[in-house]
Amino acid sequence: MKQFTAFVRKEFYHVFRDPKTLLLLFGMPIAQIILFGFALTNEIKNSKIVVVNYAQDEEARQLINKIEASANFEVAEQLMNHREIEDAFKAGIIKLAIVFPNKFSQTLHHEGQAQIQIIADASDPNTATTLSNYAQAIIRDYQSSLIPAGTKALSINTQVRMIYNPELKGVYNFVPGVMALVLLLVGVLMTSVSIVREKEMGTMEVLLVSPFNPLLVIISKAVPYFFLSLINLTIILVLSSTLMEMPINGSLFLLYFASAILIITALSLGLLISNSTDSQQAAMLISLLVMLMPTLLFTGFLFPLENMPWPLQLVANILPSKWYYIIVKSVMIKGLGWASVWKEILILMGMTAFLLTLSVKKFKIRLA
Amino acid sequence: MRSLQFLLRKEFKQIFRNRSILVMIIAMPIIQLLIMPLAADFEIKNINISVVDHDRSSYSRSLINKITASGYFKLNDYSPSFQESFQEFEANNADLVLEIPQHFERDLIKEGGGSLLLAVNAINGTNASVGSAYLSNIIAQYNQELRAQGFQSSLSMPANIEVATLNWFNPHLNYPFFMVPGILVSLVSMVGIYMCALNIVKEKEMGTIEQINVTPIKKYHFILGKLIPFWVIGVFVFSLGLLGVARVAYGIIPVGSLPLLYAYLAVFLVAVLGIGLLISTYSETQQQAMSLAFFLIMVFILLSGLFTPIDSMPTWAKWIANLNPLTYFIEVMRMIVLKGSGFAQIKTHFMAMIAFALVFNSWAILNYKKTS
Repeated sequence: MKQFTAFVRKEFYHVFRDPKTLLLLFGMPIAQIILFGFALTNEIKNSKIVVVNYAQDEEARQLINKIEASANFEVAEQLMNHREIEDAFKAGIIKLAIVFPNKFSQTLHHEGQAQIQIIADASDPNTATTLSNYAQAIIRDYQSSLIPAGTKALSINTQVRMIYNPELKGVYNFVPGVMALVLLLVGVLMTSVSIVREKEMGTMEVLLVSPFNPLLVIISKAVPYFFLSLINLTIILVLSSTLMEMPINGSLFLLYFASAILIITALSLGLLISNSTDSQQAAMLISLLVMLMPTLLFTGFLFPLENMPWPLQLVANILPSKWYYIIVKSVMIKGLGWASVWKEILILMGMTAFLLTLSVKKFKIRLA
Repeated sequence: MRSLQFLLRKEFKQIFRNRSILVMIIAMPIIQLLIMPLAADFEIKNINISVVDHDRSSYSRSLINKITASGYFKLNDYSPSFQESFQEFEANNADLVLEIPQHFERDLIKEGGGSLLLAVNAINGTNASVGSAYLSNIIAQYNQELRAQGFQSSLSMPANIEVATLNWFNPHLNYPFFMVPGILVSLVSMVGIYMCALNIVKEKEMGTIEQINVTPIKKYHFILGKLIPFWVIGVFVFSLGLLGVARVAYGIIPVGSLPLLYAYLAVFLVAVLGIGLLISTYSETQQQAMSLAFFLIMVFILLSGLFTPIDSMPTWAKWIANLNPLTYFIEVMRMIVLKGSGFAQIKTHFMAMIAFALVFNSWAILNYKKTS
């Protein structure tokens, strides 16, 4: 036991003597929280659009005023033909063009029907649909104001209630994802690289021939990263609750418990990778390939899982981070307890047990 | 010049000797390019909806039919009460709950207006706003139809504004068209920055850089010897992605000029490799270089407009985005590949990238010391 603590102390020295890496380890979650919390949003705001007004009459004026009043658009008014609109799209100056035809009012009143053309730069399909939906909603609104008073309007009024996240903040979705990402990153990448580094430098040889149990050598390597991950987790939670005003509605203990399981999963994965490689570059590439990309893609925090083709949804099931993400969302945001997440916790524990036994079994005492 | 030749031969030998890393450098971007666009799909389908119908009238039934027939929504269940459907909500089975109050039809006909209650799971803000926008759209359409029926007899039918929407450059709103070029840029820069930084730091860590430093090899020979091989690999990976994967798997054929695109790529790779070089001059161990590179790449990718629009960012983030080479190349890729923009339209982008290449590389060369 005394030997073990001595080894753990050695590993802590290794970590603390490299302040650059340490700074990045702690800087990473902070930067991610700030970026995801403040800078990144899928909302589409301040989009530059152009209104092409060939009509120049009363109705068109009113409608254009309404469009200009919307916070989603930055409107410029200009007469352009289709050719000029295309050039503006190509130069990336505008995202949408709304064209009012000649004699808009007149056609509307005399024939009871008039057309407005919305032209979108659909090279970005998401922005294109969202912007043309915004524009259509404004036009529809204006149209219902045309209904003469006193007629039976037959209007259906929908009250929308946003539950859990009434202000539609992106952080509610991103914070649990960042937690999964950072814990896995520190666990898998840092552990595997630091073990392989001893191999590459030749110091592993020295450790393995010492009378100390080789397995404990490896476990003592994982201990500092376990605690670093817990500190990282605390930083994320403190930042997100102070800076982003994101509440922690459920039990803090449950949150830490689930995180501890994920960290152990990550550490065993890191151990497994370090067993099968002998250069730091290879360890890093494998870690990125099997851990980072899948976590970003298949956890469900950047892209909705339901949208993916079913083979990818199946793949998502074997990733620990997916289950962790569900647990964190339920506990942190919905405030649910053990009763609602025991299934996910069991799955996560099963994965951990599997990876841990596999990595211990595959552990080799001999090099090369 | 001859010493540069020998250095290049050495670098290429080292790269080709390590087969497993070479395979990963090439295979990783290709696999990711195949999978990522499938996953990075913001088009929202299959929204699960739970309906609480207290009215059970012909109006409420036809509204529900209209919702399920739209193709965006999957009917999860009919619940007798809001409380029960809320449990579906908590269990993540339903994303939306639509409650139709009692006397919906009667109120609509007699009083001229009825109301519906829509509860949305808003943890994912985007999904929530898009889902409720779709549903509101369907309800509005249904409303329009009801009005049309109601006004059929009378002549007071209000004037109708018809909206025609045209989607240029991508009429089928194909999402991979938008994502694939951008993802390719981020993959190529990842390969460039990581490989370049780690390769040099490895020489530092192993001590072999000492051996090079004591030879009469010039600073810029050494640096060029490191840059050129990765530049070649970068061009190779990019071509494989654009002319191979993007064309075969996604049917993307660049609309604009390929020489223009490659000219831009050439400058971009020099800038990106300069970043890798810069990282290597600031780190002593591969672990440090890796963490630093990872950190920078993360910020670059997140603030490049690849996943979220730059227009919606706050001013300080826009500034960072403007100082990010990835932002420019992703924009240029989308402009040339999807819209066929010409040189005149990307001139400022070109200037910016040349400036990046000069700044990063001269900074790195100044910071690289032959003596420690």
